[in-house]
Amino acid sequence: MQDLAVALESITRVHGVRGAMVVSVSDGLVVAESLMEDIDGAPIAALTASLATRLRRTTEAAGRRQPTFLHLRADTGTVLAVPSSGDLLVVAIGEQDVNVGLARLEMLHLAERGI
Amino acid sequence: MRALEPWVEAPLATFLAESSARLTLLMTSAGQVVAQHGFTRAFDVMSAAALGAAIMASTDELARLMEVPAFHALSHQGAHYGLFLSGFDTPRGRWIGLVVFGPESSLGLVQLFFQRMVADLVTVAPGPEPTGQVLGEDFEDELNASLRTLFGQ
Repeated sequence: MQDLAVALESITRVHGVRGAMVVSVSDGLVVAESLMEDIDGAPIAALTASLATRLRRTTEAAGRRQPTFLHLRADTGTVLAVPSSGDLLVVAIGEQDVNVGLARLEMLHLAERGI
Repeated sequence: MRALEPWVEAPLATFLAESSARLTLLMTSAGQVVAQHGFTRAFDVMSAAALGAAIMASTDELARLMEVPAFHALSHQGAHYGLFLSGFDTPRGRWIGLVVFGPESSLGLVQLFFQRMVADLVTVAPGPEPTGQVLGEDFEDELNASLRTLFGQ
């Protein structure tokens, strides 16, 4: 768990990232998190896991592979997600001007390590 | 969805829409049903309410034995369905929610929208019910009226 917290910090160090989590996709629950104090991870984990599940089903129905990177951009911020092996999802919450490229790289790196 | 108290309907409907729960039961801590969704037989509702209330009573007693604060919620995850059981306080006393969900939902979603439903219920709930003398004939009439409301019969 300590390793996981350290690994998440590599994502939170990226400019504009306000927090990162590892989320169980089937449960929508937080497995590990490194978030700023004003961020409640539980609702984001539940909704992002639900979104990832629905997107996976959509791409499967379309005969395509599972998405490797999700980028949700809103007026007040950004949610990024990368499915990992098994049932886990790496999630990052960021500002609108988050460095998406570097955050994506760090998230893919963590996901490929097999968490 | 059917509810004995009209003010329960809107928060419960929102919860059902958001969480995609298959079955939901709201009851008092004594096991008296307040609202239900998804059940088709009165017997099933009464059994589920009694069992849910008994589980919460058992966990409360466990917490007391362990000298820790009461457990708010518990969940069971099966191969296809999950069960979430949680107690919460309302202006009408302590209630229990029992939720069964399938693979189209998740424990995280159910927890999230359950918390919101509880907040909504607390906001819209009228004050405590006035207590009156309980008469035998009133009890049977009220029981029959409750069953008609919950099952539309």
